[in-house]
Amino acid sequence: MWQLLQIELFKIFRKPRTYISFGAIAAMVLIVQIALKFDGQSYIEFLLGSLKDTLDIPYNTILNGYFVCFVVLNLLLIHIPLLIALVAGDEIAGEANMGTLRLLVSKPVSRTQLMLCKFAATVVYTALLLAWMAFLSLVLSIFLFGTNDLIVARSNALEIISRNDVLWRYLAAFAYATVALTTVASLAFLLSVFADNSIGPIVSTISIVIVFTILSELQIPLYDRTVKPYLFTSHMLGWKGFFYLKTDAEGISIPGTIENLPAVLKSMSILLAYIFLFTCSAMFIFKRKDILS
Amino acid sequence: MDVINVSHLSKQFSDVNAVTDLSFTVKDADVYGFLGQNGAGKSTTIRMLLSLVRPSAGKIELFGLDLLRHRKEVLQQVGAVIERPDLYKYLSAYENLLLFAKMSGLRVQRRQLMEQLEMVGLAERAASKVKTFSQGMKQRLGIAIALIHNPPLVILDEPVNGLDPQGIADMRNLILHLSRHLKKTVLVSSHLLNEMEQIATRMLIIDKGRKIIEGSVNELFDPAKTIVEASVNNAALAAEKIKQSQWAGNLQQVNEGQLVLQVHKDQLAQLNKAMVDMNIAVTGFKPGHSLEKYFLSLTGTNQHVAAFTN
Amino acid sequence: MKQILMLALLVLVTALGSRAQDATLLVQKVKTKLDKVNDYQASGEMKTNVSFMKVPAAQVSVYFKKPGKIKIKNEKGISLVPKGTVSISLNNLLGSQYQALDGGVDNVNGVPVKVVKLLPLDENGEVVLSKLYIDEKNLLILKAKTTTRESGTNELEMSYGKFAEYALPDKIIFTFNTQDYKLPKGVTFDYDDGSQKKKDTNTKENQRGKIEITYSAYVINKGISDDVFK
Repeated sequence: MWQLLQIELFKIFRKPRTYISFGAIAAMVLIVQIALKFDGQSYIEFLLGSLKDTLDIPYNTILNGYFVCFVVLNLLLIHIPLLIALVAGDEIAGEANMGTLRLLVSKPVSRTQLMLCKFAATVVYTALLLAWMAFLSLVLSIFLFGTNDLIVARSNALEIISRNDVLWRYLAAFAYATVALTTVASLAFLLSVFADNSIGPIVSTISIVIVFTILSELQIPLYDRTVKPYLFTSHMLGWKGFFYLKTDAEGISIPGTIENLPAVLKSMSILLAYIFLFTCSAMFIFKRKDILS
Repeated sequence: MDVINVSHLSKQFSDVNAVTDLSFTVKDADVYGFLGQNGAGKSTTIRMLLSLVRPSAGKIELFGLDLLRHRKEVLQQVGAVIERPDLYKYLSAYENLLLFAKMSGLRVQRRQLMEQLEMVGLAERAASKVKTFSQGMKQRLGIAIALIHNPPLVILDEPVNGLDPQGIADMRNLILHLSRHLKKTVLVSSHLLNEMEQIATRMLIIDKGRKIIEGSVNELFDPAKTIVEASVNNAALAAEKIKQSQWAGNLQQVNEGQLVLQVHKDQLAQLNKAMVDMNIAVTGFKPGHSLEKYFLSLTGTNQHVAAFTN
Repeated sequence: MKQILMLALLVLVTALGSRAQDATLLVQKVKTKLDKVNDYQASGEMKTNVSFMKVPAAQVSVYFKKPGKIKIKNEKGISLVPKGTVSISLNNLLGSQYQALDGGVDNVNGVPVKVVKLLPLDENGEVVLSKLYIDEKNLLILKAKTTTRESGTNELEMSYGKFAEYALPDKIIFTFNTQDYKLPKGVTFDYDDGSQKKKDTNTKENQRGKIEITYSAYVINKGISDDVFK
């Protein structure tokens, strides 16, 4: 099984399109960092503009590496699913399109093993992509902008997190984001089983993610009660929960705490459940699929 | 020992019966010809033998083992080239071979892989990406991949498709080499009947998913027996006369202006004289035997394009 | 009868006048005490309690320099300080020209105080009215309510300890007005944890914020560069 995983990873990382994703992330992160370096104040004014009449806003200290990293994640974690689908959607459909699937499946390897290894390779790719993004968005931002406390702007609240209390939250957030993006990968992987061409699964995955995200963000009571709690996109933003703190009776935030950890863990469990569901479905269907390509 | 034993195999796709109640046996060291037109069910059958397609009914045994229950052990002893061998275009010939060797469970050295590429004439292009290869080169690489783990059974599905005459000749020689020198059992499917005629020891003819006939080439098709196409003025009248004569059993087919008979080649002159004696106006008498004619006679195939007549 | 009325009026006016003089005198005495401090640098812990802000307790430095410069700095982090902090410095409150009016007596945290209203003579100044609650015995201002043009009414409560001699408090609680804070969800992409909706933050009570600074040390009259206040 380890050998098979190595083979799948070898195939993924020899494909030129894999590196498009890494390049795209680098470009996107650098664009955001350059923009904030030159005009970060404008962005902070946009976030905190309604308060500038009542509060003194220290723009220079707010614009630090941790803040820039948060901005990057906020912007990019919406777009990264496309890059994940690009590889995950190609896993089976791409092989079918190339004509190599029939050769693979006729080898003395069980279909279950093959699927598990392909999915594991996709997960490794997802984790590496996120690690790359983590490096660029966090490490490079710290290098360019230094560190200080982190301000997190919610729709009706501001969180200020002490600099000593930030790093572990980012590590937890990246781990959570890996699970969230693996959910997208598993969906693309499942759709890949049905197609002989990777365009279909890639486009379908992105369409589903976009539609579900819209449903998740719409403030319509009908959807809030019926649909939203069950959409995986509603839970993909759970990484932000690591940046919401508990407060004491006086309203002072308590360092080292998470406002609603059970909710975050529940969201993560839901995502894991989706991953399990999508992956098992993919394996079940593939096991019975006639390979005609 | 029976290398392949297929009994009552069927496959239905939606409302299409691709294969119906097919049974056949491939014996050790056979070069087994699997013949049929396009769409007859050959590829579907081969895909079922390789567990790519799940049968709707029936049983497949390879090397005495049920394919469904012993898939891994069975497939370790099979090497296959399925239709046009599509490989990883972005990898080199060497990398493709290495990858599939590992998937077959082998621990291979570089030397072994280079020897395999040498065998198929690709050693010099080992580092070249497959996307730069011609069809013939891909076919040869496909063969190398099929043989890397030295399987006793080799399945070739339409191996000469897309090859030039030299490529076809090379493939023919390779199959004979696999069978005669390396003692492998080879199952070859093809619709190129002239080629099959030269290499097959046993064959199965399949049409519309059903077995038409199976047996050794010598049993089915005695080269000493000859198919004769006799052109006559009145085919119906001529057929009546033949049926009332000693040659009744030799009459194969009655076409418009033509009788098809099968006789021993030594009886050609006798038949010719007999027809004249029966006052059958014979305008042409064309003896010859070929697998093509035999195949067409069995499948009763209508011509798909306008006839090209001499 | 007429004479008794005149006498009563005279006594009343004299009493009122003397009370006004008392208020002015009291404020002057407090100011004299405050004027002992030309500058100070204080360190302390600041707690911010604003309905829409979740802020940890922060170590801050407070700088003051006569006549009216004051700055709260979080050297190691971020603090969002209300713009009315000029009112935090009593020195600033008493630095301008004003008319002092007797506001009667009251008590703050059980301590009897004299209430003095200060009407700034500068009609264009930021401060419109100040109300001071003064501990006469110790000449310490325990509470100050300041109405400003821009920032509404602020309230400053002080408690004193080891620096009472310089009229520098151990602890201040500064209450001020805040504005509504809202961003579109399409910008923030908040994580909805499915908990019950929080109380509406737009109620009147939620539009007041509070800063509490507990001072741990003062460095007084050692000189402070003007660069600190930039």
